[in-house]
Amino acid sequence: MFDWIHNIPILSVVTYLPLVGALLILFMNKESGGSIRRFATLVAFVDFLISLPLWFEFERTGELFQFRESASWIPSIGVRYEFGIDGISLLLVLLTTLLGVISFLSSWSAIGEREKEYYIFMLLLQTGMLGVFMAMDFFLFYVFWEVMLVPMYFLIGIWGGPRKLYAAIKFFLYTLVGSVVMLLGVLALYFYNSSGLLGFEGLGNPRTFAILQFHEISALIPPSMQWWIFLAFFVGFAIKVPMFPFHTWLPDAHVEAPTAGSVILAGVLLKMGTYGFVRFSLPILPEGTRALLPWMVALSLIGIIYGALVAMAQKDMKKLVAYSSVSHLGFVMLGIFALNSAGLNGGILQMINHGLSTGALFLLVGVIYERRHTRMIADYGGLSSKMPLFATVFLIITMASIGLPTLNGFVGEFTILVGAFSRTWWWALVGAIGIVLGAAYMLWMFQRVFFGPLDNPDNEDLEDLNKRELLYLMPLVILCFWIGLYPKPFFAILEKPVDYIVRRVDADYAANVDVAAVTAPAEVSE
Amino acid sequence: MRWLWLIPVLPFLGAFLNGVVLRDRLGKKGVWMVACGSVLAALLVSVLAISGYLGSEQYSAHEPFEQSVYEWIPAGSMGLDDGSFADVSVEMGFLLDPLSCVMLFVVTFVGFWIHWFSVGYMDHEPGFQRYFTYLNLFMGMMLMLVLGNNYLVTFVGWEGVGLCSYLLIGFYFDEEFPPYAGRKAFIVNRVGDLAFLAGMFALVAHFGTLNYEKLFGTIEAEPALVQGDYVLGMTLATFVTLALFIGATGKSAQIPLHVWLPDAMAGPTPVSALIHAATMVTAGVYIVVRSNVLYQLAHGTSELVAIIGALTAIFAATIGLAQTDIKKVLAYSTVSQLGYMFLACGVGAYTAAIFHLMTHAFFKGLMFLGSGSVIHAMSGEQDMRKMGGLKEHLPWTYRTFVAGTLAIAGAPLLAGFFSKDQILAATWADHKLLWVVGLVTAGLTACYMFRLLFMTFHGPFRGSEEQHHHLHESPPSMTIPLIVLAVGAVFSGYVGIPKLGSIDINVFDHFVGQVVAHVGHGEHHASLGIELFLMALSVVVAFAGWWLARKYYGGDRGLAEGERWAAKFPTVHRWLFNKYYVDEAYDATAVRGTWACARGLFRFDSKFIDGVLVNGSRHLTVGISLLSGFFDKYFVDGLVNLVGVVSQSGSRFFRRLQTGLVSQYALVLLIGMAMLVWFYVVVGLRR
Amino acid sequence: MSTLLDVGTLHYLVLSALLFLIGTIGIVVRRNMITVLMSIELVLNSVNINLIAFSFSHGDLTGQIFAIFTIAVAAGEAAVGLGILIALFRLRQTTELDQARELSG
Repeated sequence: MFDWIHNIPILSVVTYLPLVGALLILFMNKESGGSIRRFATLVAFVDFLISLPLWFEFERTGELFQFRESASWIPSIGVRYEFGIDGISLLLVLLTTLLGVISFLSSWSAIGEREKEYYIFMLLLQTGMLGVFMAMDFFLFYVFWEVMLVPMYFLIGIWGGPRKLYAAIKFFLYTLVGSVVMLLGVLALYFYNSSGLLGFEGLGNPRTFAILQFHEISALIPPSMQWWIFLAFFVGFAIKVPMFPFHTWLPDAHVEAPTAGSVILAGVLLKMGTYGFVRFSLPILPEGTRALLPWMVALSLIGIIYGALVAMAQKDMKKLVAYSSVSHLGFVMLGIFALNSAGLNGGILQMINHGLSTGALFLLVGVIYERRHTRMIADYGGLSSKMPLFATVFLIITMASIGLPTLNGFVGEFTILVGAFSRTWWWALVGAIGIVLGAAYMLWMFQRVFFGPLDNPDNEDLEDLNKRELLYLMPLVILCFWIGLYPKPFFAILEKPVDYIVRRVDADYAANVDVAAVTAPAEVSE
Repeated sequence: MRWLWLIPVLPFLGAFLNGVVLRDRLGKKGVWMVACGSVLAALLVSVLAISGYLGSEQYSAHEPFEQSVYEWIPAGSMGLDDGSFADVSVEMGFLLDPLSCVMLFVVTFVGFWIHWFSVGYMDHEPGFQRYFTYLNLFMGMMLMLVLGNNYLVTFVGWEGVGLCSYLLIGFYFDEEFPPYAGRKAFIVNRVGDLAFLAGMFALVAHFGTLNYEKLFGTIEAEPALVQGDYVLGMTLATFVTLALFIGATGKSAQIPLHVWLPDAMAGPTPVSALIHAATMVTAGVYIVVRSNVLYQLAHGTSELVAIIGALTAIFAATIGLAQTDIKKVLAYSTVSQLGYMFLACGVGAYTAAIFHLMTHAFFKGLMFLGSGSVIHAMSGEQDMRKMGGLKEHLPWTYRTFVAGTLAIAGAPLLAGFFSKDQILAATWADHKLLWVVGLVTAGLTACYMFRLLFMTFHGPFRGSEEQHHHLHESPPSMTIPLIVLAVGAVFSGYVGIPKLGSIDINVFDHFVGQVVAHVGHGEHHASLGIELFLMALSVVVAFAGWWLARKYYGGDRGLAEGERWAAKFPTVHRWLFNKYYVDEAYDATAVRGTWACARGLFRFDSKFIDGVLVNGSRHLTVGISLLSGFFDKYFVDGLVNLVGVVSQSGSRFFRRLQTGLVSQYALVLLIGMAMLVWFYVVVGLRR
Repeated sequence: MSTLLDVGTLHYLVLSALLFLIGTIGIVVRRNMITVLMSIELVLNSVNINLIAFSFSHGDLTGQIFAIFTIAVAAGEAAVGLGILIALFRLRQTTELDQARELSG
């Protein structure tokens, strides 16, 4: 049914369609905001529709990377234009295109000024993010990685809140520092692969930035160098995640960013860091990973507890959700650094879960912010009676976020903790404390916003969700239930890439686990 | 039996219909018909499934019926503790064995009647539809809990009932207290759930599965697997059982996590009956009995379970003596009775625990509904000091309430008599000191329950004129469930008449006994003579409790006697009335501690990490750039400016040549040309 | 023939030099822009005479061609010069060159 996507460079089409859309918007009259936003949303929606067949046509048991595109780009330094996706990228690409449509829809009423520029930047951002997940050449990856920074900077800096400039510059500088250090790591790999570096004899391979080539040579890189490169990557990725103690740009950026910006920031941008760890740090630098494992886990665990506790002390809803992201991403990192299938499966699934539920939380906060222009928890109370539908959706998403079984968060957290427990038992227990604290701060916010007497007269005339808002929240709610109740399709997609990664970092696993046994899980018998 | 999966799905469907699909399109009648209908359907399917199971070959072969619906979480392969790798996968599946049969019947049967009762009780309340949506959701979750064929499905129900309890406790959300109580319940439960999770992790990490049959089969065949040293000097069995038990203390309100249950009475009364007496709070007992194989292999934990159970029983019973809120008394009574059940589990009398669970569901459900009927009649008044003499006005409520009180107090030949007696007999055989505690608790139980009965139904009416004017017996929709449950409270004990010598007609024990493994620490049995002696003794103790209550609260004397009694021991009374200040202690330590921690860390985050580190590096950068700015301005730029100054002063001189007069320019041109001519012609020629 | 009629190249050169001198003095001395323009014409034409005189004496036509070029250039120069003049007059209501000294340093 979707055969045709094999005949076109589907990944490039998905990536550059928003860019083309942005170029077309350049030619539109900036006075006609209505048609601009309709057109931009249409572009995002079409992009989502085009990316959807990937889910169906991706062969779960086929090659690791599929839909490959390859072309020469800068031959003199060995840079190629390489696109391709594995199961991990596929999920993140779909998450990006879906959240794209949703954030465009949510911007309709939120953005009132300079709409033309806004939608152009949003579309550019979309292209940058998609490229990051698809690039299989480090140089190309880096280009997209930087491309996506700029529109985000402007989105925060122009359409943000009162301290938007501070937040935007902080965000930009912070991430830029990280990516420059990461670039050093990339260059070290590049030179080691070809001509040698800092007294290390190079491998003499042709110059290339191809990620798979770096995977190939992972065993040949000396441990001390792995250590340093891992550290360089760590700075780049950990800032993006963000891991404790590199997280303070996040609350500022979230609080100041417009709703759609927060959604994209939490939903997709934060995943770049964890994606980086999964795609680069683990498979390329197994020795370095093992050497720094205790530190990574310690930072993850601190992040889980610390983020949750700090979230409890917040008075601003967006800030609370932002700190909860620190905690949730700590879970993701814990799962990734459990270095076994369960942990990685859970970690990657939790990336998606966090994108869905935290994205939805920001949307929901945006909904009341638009009505009341305040995010302070203390300004609300008793909203359940005025906005029953809103309260219901908020409750479902809250429950998804604190990991109630039958919703998505639980599946991810459970799998992560099982993985962590089987690596070192007390990791999981410390991590699980985060679940209790998560319930505490989310429910406390929920209670103060929705329960109790409706004592603020300004809240008397609040209107419940309208059709458009319901339209963009429903897909997220449905996905939360889907992943919570039947996550098997997601695990099926992750099976092969996760097996590939674990095989690289865990020699024990590689020696003991039979591929056939892994790729063909026991069928459920009635 | 093939329709087993339908049992939890039916109430979910009801909740979905009421809560989502037909939100505003149904009238009150439609709402309750959908809600009660779905539970009735679940009850019918359950009865069919149970009878189908009892007639099947599996039952006669002492095997459970297992139904796997689909593969739920294929978590991926993982290294187990023994070094091998296994594909860990959790399925969504259900299990029907004698234990789940009993639980299934209790939950659906009591659940249905409480649904029915709610129709009348909630008639005048706003949020009728919301109430039934939550209640149906709860039923579905509870059924998941009792039907799950592995720990994780049970855990789904476990957390799910916690959520519904949260929602229903906070049902009157526009007041201050109920949402607080709901949140407290949820978070205290979550603390327990954390431990429950830890237990599951240990099992998965060791066995690679959470399926009850597989786990218990493996362990029963080879108990040594769980008795090796595991972590922190515990065996695996101890670790898991301890974790599960901590989970159980949260859900079943045992010391030290009992604090949420009394506050949970802020919810509507039928909710207290269903969730906080008959079903949800017994989940902890269920999980301990379900894991009895592990508990038998973990002697230390079993002992702890028994001690905690006994302590909770007497602790809550004493508090119950001093409370004046009718629901609070019942709540502490529930905590106390749950303590009994854990005591039974701890001494290895698992069937007795489940037996007491069942009878308790009947009589405590009945009494909560009875109190609901009273509160309904009293227009929302819950303070027993304002009641009295209600037996004339509420004859049916009174009669059924008496049945419930007699049953819980252990009056001979009623349900509570048999079940409590079994527990005490088993405790006697196992541990004499705990038996004494249990016996005293039995006396206290009789005392506070009759105190409640006397204060509420006997003596003069102490409420306001208006309340007196309003007093009425509840409508049949509310009295019929009372009668049905009263029948249960009176007769349900007969399925478990204790074995007396050679006469063994204890159907219940044989039925549920099938799920009790026999590996190690099992149940001790007392001899016939002792059994009879114990029975007699507990009757005497119950009678003593009744006598005490009657002496101080009975007859027409009102409250004066009781208050005088309390005044004799002011300190004791103050401690009991204030529930031993446990809430205050928790508030001062755990709650405030967490808050202080949260605020402190936030200050640390904004002042140190963001302030000193991040913004510090910003200020550092700004400082350095200021310095280099100075350097740039006065040195590097100085050189540049020097060039500028020189050329400027030069041009200041040369500009004077520019007069702007064209003729002057022409003259200069001419002179220049003349000089050139002179140079070339005159000088050139001369050369 | 009469010596008076025997006009040689030298005569032309003298004439040319005289005309050039008159023109140059006119450019330098006169204030009126029209007069200055006329003086420039004089200078140009003196050069023309010079060119033609040499062309004649050398029997080479190149000088004459140059003269024609110069005439063309002179015409252009006159046009531009008069244009500037008119512009200046519109601006200042005068043709005095001394009035236009914006370039004074």
